[in-house]
Amino acid sequence: MFKTFVAAAGVAGLLASAASAADISGAGATFPAPVYAKWAETYKATTGTGLNYQAIGSGGGIKQIKAKTVDFGASDKPLKPEDLNAAGLYQFPTVVGGVVPVVNIPGIAAGQIKLTGPMLAAIFYGQIKTWNDPVITKANPGVKLPAMPITVVHRSDGSGTSFLFTSYLSMKSPAWASKVGASDSVNWPTGLGGKGNDGVSAFVKQTPGSIGYVEYAYAKQNKMAYVLVQNKNGKYPAPTAQDFAAAAAGAKWAQAPGNYLLLLDQPGANSWPIVGATFILVYKNQENPAAGEQVLKFFDWAYKAGDGAAAQLDYVPLPLAVKNLIRKQWTTNVTAGGKPVYTGK
Amino acid sequence: MTATMMDSDSAPPRETAPGQSELSETIFRGLCFGAATLLLAALAGVVISLAIGGWPAFRQFGFGFFTSSAWDPVQENYGAAGPIVGTIVTSILALIIALPLATGVSVFLVEFCPRSIAKPVAVAVELLAGIPSIVYGMWGLFVLAPWFATHVQMPLMMDAANLPDWLSALVAGIPNGANIFTASLILAIMILPYMSAVFRELLLTIPAQVREAAYGLGSTNFEVVSKVMIPYVRRGAVGVVMLGLGRALGETMAVTFIIGNSHGFPHSLFDSGSTIASTIANEFAEATSDMHTAALIALGLVLFILTFAVLAVARLLLASEKH
Repeated sequence: MFKTFVAAAGVAGLLASAASAADISGAGATFPAPVYAKWAETYKATTGTGLNYQAIGSGGGIKQIKAKTVDFGASDKPLKPEDLNAAGLYQFPTVVGGVVPVVNIPGIAAGQIKLTGPMLAAIFYGQIKTWNDPVITKANPGVKLPAMPITVVHRSDGSGTSFLFTSYLSMKSPAWASKVGASDSVNWPTGLGGKGNDGVSAFVKQTPGSIGYVEYAYAKQNKMAYVLVQNKNGKYPAPTAQDFAAAAAGAKWAQAPGNYLLLLDQPGANSWPIVGATFILVYKNQENPAAGEQVLKFFDWAYKAGDGAAAQLDYVPLPLAVKNLIRKQWTTNVTAGGKPVYTGK
Repeated sequence: MTATMMDSDSAPPRETAPGQSELSETIFRGLCFGAATLLLAALAGVVISLAIGGWPAFRQFGFGFFTSSAWDPVQENYGAAGPIVGTIVTSILALIIALPLATGVSVFLVEFCPRSIAKPVAVAVELLAGIPSIVYGMWGLFVLAPWFATHVQMPLMMDAANLPDWLSALVAGIPNGANIFTASLILAIMILPYMSAVFRELLLTIPAQVREAAYGLGSTNFEVVSKVMIPYVRRGAVGVVMLGLGRALGETMAVTFIIGNSHGFPHSLFDSGSTIASTIANEFAEATSDMHTAALIALGLVLFILTFAVLAVARLLLASEKH
């Protein structure tokens, strides 16, 4: 029954793509949707080729590319190399974003509280229950922390932001890794869930003593009080575009099989610890070389001309060295009948 | 005449030619039959595809799927009890709040409101139904929840020591307005226009003589409404209740914003919880593993069965009322 449905959807997709043969179709992650839309707009104006991107969520993007109803899928969470190989897919990063813990503690301003990864895990596990817990006060000498109960706020909807945040907590706390784990949606031990960045920030704003986590762009645009998080070098960088870029620059993409790389807890004095890239999924062996070429051409153009638009929307562009590495991968990783669909021309 | 003799047993004689009448009659009957069959087939299709999609979850967890309140996408351990309880509690609470309001609004509009403003007010109430549910959700999140937290939850919690134990247990929770009770309030507002519109139409079907006779016997307004009008439409009113309940059971967006979205059993009225619809809405888009998707589809089937059961029970009540 489901197969017939997918087949029907596939036929509908073919008809749609026949109607506008030149357009690229993609579906998936909601997080990069605004920047993809902005890029598509400029790209269409300069080249005449349009992009039809459906922001249906990372899970949907992976399902759609597997069903071959779109030219590319998009996911905030990279697929593991073995999953990529099993499906015959190849993935590459496009832009980077950061996740920022935000708080509402009376009398505490942005950047005033410093926390370590294990402390964040203990807070989100419900182990540290009040803001004046000795563990927190010891790490924050001179800051007057109230004896206020901590309310944990998390995302209720499945989200790449949650995936990054819980992956980070799993990295820093063995207890979190074994009892809760990392995923788009997890079984949160405590607290309440808000839908989307809106929901989380609304609950944090409305609940004194609360802590949540949102995308950097969201925290910045809404001027929320954020928390500093200790990085691998023991420093406390500020959550800014420069410090996300520092994390992305320090990451070793060349050594990551299948580009499976989480930019969490990267080395470097300025590296913000909770950073992640968002990914594009395409088939290694393209059944329709023209469509595959269009996809790579589009992202080639975006790498060249899209940084300004990305920065304007508070996304962090990839470092140049990473972009060059990815371009090189395209010529060998994405082929049709043994020939590369993208030649760099 | 002999040709139409057979027809005249069941239907009155018509003025059109017999052949034409029979043909149009056959087509009309066929169309109606087709519509009814198509609807049933679509319904069966929904049930079958939900059952197939959810089968892996039912096979894996068995009956425990309905009784367990675990919901852990990492360990792939799913149980529907929390959302089922949340769905039933919020829907019934919403109905308890909305039913008296809907009754009041429609009785007022039909019986006491000046003609000139009855129509505009009725339209205004019905317009409430046209507001997208996400607007209700946003309003609940940004307006109702903070107000509720400051003016209801906080005072109650400050006073918890003076409250009887059962009451303070009922109102325990995080004071930020995202809970089962506010979700029910939003649901009540959302189902109110449907319920009052149908209730009003029902009341309008009461023949004027019935009311006039009651007044003529010297009944007061209250007596006419409570002893004549409401009993007169009681059977239809069951339909009103079912319409509201059916909508409340399946409402998604508004609830998702305001219920707090924690899996597991809610422990009090002011505790956060989840409903079947909100869980599906929250997680379906990003569910990548097969078991997660299957568990969500299985939840969909549970909601379908729940709604069906509610409607069936309503029919039974209706049937027993006749005797």
